[in-house]
Order: sequence, then structure tokens, then C-alpha cells
Amino acid sequence: MRELALHLMDIAENSVAARAKTIHIDVEEDQAADRLWMCVRDDGCGMDAEMVRRVCDPFVTSRTTRKVGLGIPLLKAAAEACNGYLRIESEPGVGTQLEVLFQRSHIDRMPLGNIASTWFALLISHPEVHWVFRHKMDAAEFVFDDAPVKETLGDVPLTEPDILAYLRETLESGVSEVQKVAIV
Amino acid sequence: MTTIKSLEDLKKLREQALQKREVKRTEGQAQVIVGMGTCGIAAGARETMKAVLDTIEQEGLSGIIVTQTGCIGLCEKEPIMQVVVGEGEKVVYGKVSPDVARQIMHDHVLNGKVVENHVIHV
Repeated sequence: MRELALHLMDIAENSVAARAKTIHIDVEEDQAADRLWMCVRDDGCGMDAEMVRRVCDPFVTSRTTRKVGLGIPLLKAAAEACNGYLRIESEPGVGTQLEVLFQRSHIDRMPLGNIASTWFALLISHPEVHWVFRHKMDAAEFVFDDAPVKETLGDVPLTEPDILAYLRETLESGVSEVQKVAIV
Repeated sequence: MTTIKSLEDLKKLREQALQKREVKRTEGQAQVIVGMGTCGIAAGARETMKAVLDTIEQEGLSGIIVTQTGCIGLCEKEPIMQVVVGEGEKVVYGKVSPDVARQIMHDHVLNGKVVENHVIHV
């Protein structure tokens, strides 16, 4: 994967596979503290401690454990190569939280990539999920909660052309506003 | 370009969409499914999905269902896209770059003509 945004998409698909009703995706950058922190939090089926250990290890993952594979170990390795970490907290029946930290300026740190595009694709392809997206850089913050949008739309699907344009523009402009405060 | 943001704007768009839908409802419904497993995402499925959505937006195509599926075990053929138009057969496409996705949207979804050179038989 070439972008952290693609990793986020992959992690979020795990949450969908865990039958989550609500999924939060947070991306926080702090330039002074030199941190890039991302978190995917769901209320899906959750995992026991043994499963959490297994999803971090590519060599014990078998094909029958369908919702896990190389995605998490790859992201974990990327974070650890950048003075960061990947942590999973999970409880069966409650949900899972995966957080990952990078030293923002680290030479090996993958670019964040197109976060608006990741959110747009997730939002459209899983309309049954309640999505809450948050992107923060220093004091600038953009939050997109799809609940009011879906309530307003009622039975009109998100894939109607004018609605797609509305959602794409909302996400793109929100993310680019936040990224304006980036120094590098 | 002016950015539309408020929920009031969205309400208006909803009304417009409902009116358009009444007009177009007679056409057979089309379903587009993009593979979004780790393998699909790594191979560029997000851009494939984006090309599908951009085509819908730019061409003003109403009533198309866009969804995703996980890994279907053909990782080497990713990005994979499945298309069903109306009562027709399901067609599975492999190596669907954004350009190919746009071609499939035009030829198959809009005009019912299968893009043979990208079909994979499963």
C-alpha cells in the first residue's frame, strides 16, 4: 500500500466485516509534537485476546479467518519502522479499537494520501454503516457524521448523481481546509 | 466552483433526485460491485470505485446500485468489478483500472454491451 489512507480503508473493511453498526475513523496530526495518529473504532463483534494476538502476526493467520490477513501486520510494521506503534483493544460483543501512531517527520513515514477519497468510497459502498469521520491537524478540525445526511435523504440512495457530488465536495473541501495548516 | 455544504442544499438535491428518479424508473436497474479486500485495495480498487462514482456523477446516471465485496480468491486479477444489468447475467471483470471502469460504465452499464477483453470466467 502506498498511502496510509489506503491502510485505513483496509482496516475499516475489517470493522464492516465484524458487522459494526457505527464506525469512527480519526486522523490526527500534531506538527509541533511531530505525531500522526489514526484510529478506527467500531461496535462490531470484537475479538478475544488470542484473536487480537493472531491478527498482528501474518504467519499464524489462516485463510479460514477471513476478516484478517496481511493488512494489519503491514500497517504495524510501517508504524514501528517510524518510531510508532499499532495497538488493538477489543472485547467480544463490544467492539474493536485499532490505533496507530507514526513519527510524522520520519523519513520512512508513508504519505497520508487521499483521505477524502477513502472516506467517500467507504461511505458509498457501505450505506448501512453509520460513519463518523474526523480529521484534525493542530487546531484545525473537520468532522463528518453521516447521520444527518442520511436522515435528510430518507429513501433517496447516496448514489444519485447530485447526492454523490454533494458528498464528494463536502469531504474534499473539509479535508483540504484542515490540510491548509500543514507547514510541510 | 461553488461548494455546496448545508443540509438545506441537500434537501433541495433530494427533491430533484426524486423527480429525476420518477422519470427514469422504467430502465433496468444496474448493480456495480467492486472488490475491496486487502488485495483489491492494494491493487487500486479505491481508484476504480472513484472512477465508477465519477462517471455516475458526470453523466448524471440515476438508479445505479454501487456496492463492494471482500476478497473472492482471485487476488491476482484485482481490481475486480462485477456488473449486473437488469435481469441479465452477472459479468465479472478483472484488472479494472479507472479507464477500464469508465469503459465498462459506458459500454456495459449504459449500453448493455459487455467489455469482452476484460471479462474473467469464474
